[in-house]
Amino acid sequence: MDDRASTSMRSPLGRVTGLGTAKDGTAHWWAQRLTAVALVPLCGWMLVAALAQPNLDYATVHAWLARPVDAFLAALCVAVLAVHSWLGTTEIVEDYVHGRAAKVVTLITLRFAHALVGAAGVFAILRLSMGTLGS
Amino acid sequence: MPPRPRPLSPHLQIYRWQISNTLSILHRATGAALSLGLVALVAWLIAAASGPPAYARFAALADGPAGFLVLAAFGFAFFYHLLNGVRHLAWDVGRGFGARERHASGWLVVIGACALTALAIAFALHLGGSTNG
Repeated sequence: MDDRASTSMRSPLGRVTGLGTAKDGTAHWWAQRLTAVALVPLCGWMLVAALAQPNLDYATVHAWLARPVDAFLAALCVAVLAVHSWLGTTEIVEDYVHGRAAKVVTLITLRFAHALVGAAGVFAILRLSMGTLGS
Repeated sequence: MPPRPRPLSPHLQIYRWQISNTLSILHRATGAALSLGLVALVAWLIAAASGPPAYARFAALADGPAGFLVLAAFGFAFFYHLLNGVRHLAWDVGRGFGARERHASGWLVVIGACALTALAIAFALHLGGSTNG
């Protein structure tokens, strides 16, 4: 403990509130586990369903993802993957990127990048499954 | 007065390398790699949603030897991260912490990931062969 502690009027709790794990407790850890549990069946289904197609050419992929249940599960899988990936890469940056500015910039970039990738994936699946309705 | 630099733990230069810490690092490395894999997956979906020419360009990229190597590496990363993730989830509910269990489950994950990758590659080659033939 440094010498500021003895002269500060702030309580020990007040000093740490908003820092480290005092910021959000186990929320990050818990979200990482929940998305992991969700991804076991989702990714398993996605892989098996993709490999169960006779081939992966344009027409086959369109026919596969035109089916509502398949499109829904694929979109859900991509969305949860984006959240899980964001949580994981955030943890790596928090551990290994030092320096306040570099850390904050990297964390904001990761957040935007994952929102972008997740939204793009879901939008692509929606367009694949419903794109022909309007034309 | 600047604080005296404190010794850091673990001392990497004297640390005995073992399967537990190797697999732990590999879990992070494969996780980071799979974040790029997600970008590749979304690129594939966008290509499929953009029409036949875009999809053909993506397929040409993935069909070459470089594409095959990248896909195989993503495949191994995926199976390793999946199996080791389940190992982590077992620890989270308090199971498998014994020394023998930790080592056995670690090797099981490595062997399982290699086997599933080989199986997926064999299946993908069979799939590719059936479309060409």
